[in-house]
Amino acid sequence: MLRLNKLTKTYKTGDQALKAVTLDIPEGQVLALIGPSGAGKSTLIRCINRLVDPTSGTVHLGDVELTGLSSSGLRRERRRMGMIFQEYALVERLTVMENVLSGRLGYVGFWRSFLRRFPQSDVDEAFRLLDRVGLAHMADKRADELSGGQRQRVGICRALIQNPALLLVDEPTASLDPKTSRQIMRLICELCRERGLAAIINIHDVALAQMFVQRVIGLRFGAVEFDGPPEGLTPDVLTTIYGEEDWEATIEKVEDDEDEVEAQ
Amino acid sequence: MSAADTEITMLIGKRWKKPPFIQRAWLRYGLLAGFVIYLIAAFLTIDVNWSRVYEGLERGKQFVLAFTNPDFTSRSSDIWSGMIESIVMTVASSVVGIAISIPIALGAARNIAPLPVYLICRSIIAISRALQEIIVAILLVAIFGFGPLAGFLTLSFASIGFLSKLLAEDIESMDRVQAEAIKASGARWTQWVNYGVQPQVMPRLIGLSIYRVDINFRESAILGLVGAGGIGATLNTSFDRYEYDTAAAILLIIIGIVMALEYISGVVRARVQ
Repeated sequence: MLRLNKLTKTYKTGDQALKAVTLDIPEGQVLALIGPSGAGKSTLIRCINRLVDPTSGTVHLGDVELTGLSSSGLRRERRRMGMIFQEYALVERLTVMENVLSGRLGYVGFWRSFLRRFPQSDVDEAFRLLDRVGLAHMADKRADELSGGQRQRVGICRALIQNPALLLVDEPTASLDPKTSRQIMRLICELCRERGLAAIINIHDVALAQMFVQRVIGLRFGAVEFDGPPEGLTPDVLTTIYGEEDWEATIEKVEDDEDEVEAQ
Repeated sequence: MSAADTEITMLIGKRWKKPPFIQRAWLRYGLLAGFVIYLIAAFLTIDVNWSRVYEGLERGKQFVLAFTNPDFTSRSSDIWSGMIESIVMTVASSVVGIAISIPIALGAARNIAPLPVYLICRSIIAISRALQEIIVAILLVAIFGFGPLAGFLTLSFASIGFLSKLLAEDIESMDRVQAEAIKASGARWTQWVNYGVQPQVMPRLIGLSIYRVDINFRESAILGLVGAGGIGATLNTSFDRYEYDTAAAILLIIIGIVMALEYISGVVRARVQ
């Protein structure tokens, strides 16, 4: 469904953030992208919806090649890629509803969006999504009145109302507490399953990634070091991705966590 | 390990001082000495004619005393019409100035506009800011003749430079990620500005606009001196006739209105956070 072919990004400073990354993601697969800070995780995600323009290589979403699109073509394709951000990236001075509806901007004309007169079907869908994440009563609150977990839920609604085929998720749980982090990850994965969405989730927390996803990609210095199921993340593999460290604790913790989740 | 140990023993018990802003000692003290010498030299060039000051004190006293006895009545119709003219000039020039400065501010923000647009908009701002109101007013009075039209155009022109520059700077320092999130949804440029940029800079825009209304009103009192209409013309006439009591009345009204605007702007800015 999404195919990256030798995707490369070299920044103006000469830093090579991505080195010929080739990746194939089938329909409906939720994938975690792990790796140390600066490994190019964020760049990879942003090269897909071209918030960052890749230097070379191609990205295919379905049959459409994204890297060569004109600006109007790109806007049309961006509608099919919902993005969830680190630190939520809600427009803080807009209401929750406006933030969710901003996910429809690619579908409605300027004047409709300027006058906040979205089609009834969009408003209904926004309420359905907000209700799904338990925030329907917050619709008219300003985004900066919400807590971190609530904001990220609004961010999820904003991405889903685009009716995307793919979710690009950039560190969804950074700056959230452990419990909220799990709830957010669980919510994202549940919603992907419900809607048959593929997702790429950048994540720092290896244990959390192992808990929820079907496939893990390990990135180091802009190159893929590991590609496999979460069980394949052995101490050796983690050492090749992150460098030398005692990994037993991390992996054991995962098993404990899983028991705990099941017990809940 | 031993190297680190010796280093820490050397540091312990030593006084710590903030590193100086200018590293080179001779440059640091040189600049300070130069500044002091310049200050002394500058004071020495001030040439005061004390006997003239002594004479002038009497006239100053009359002027100040007039404030204890302002005359609102004998020229009340002149004051009234001048005040209305000033207010009309202020409101009209502020509305036009703000309306024009918003698109220029968007063009003058480097994180939004492409380089050619940026350069054009920045030049417009530079021209508007370089030309002082009085100079523009004299030019426009020469073109359009005496009266409030010249004043209105002057104030609109000056508002553009002021508002565009400060608004553009606010746009440049906005949170990029919020705007990025809007862009990622497939929004077109105008929608992106409306959803991603505008909410972030709105409090600043409102605050600056009110402040500019305030400035425009005060300037409208000055522009009358060069014939560009408004209360300034009335004020000028009363000075020419040595009617300090009428001038005092006008100044008191201006002070009152500026204070009222100050109060309103405080209330409004507290509301839009």
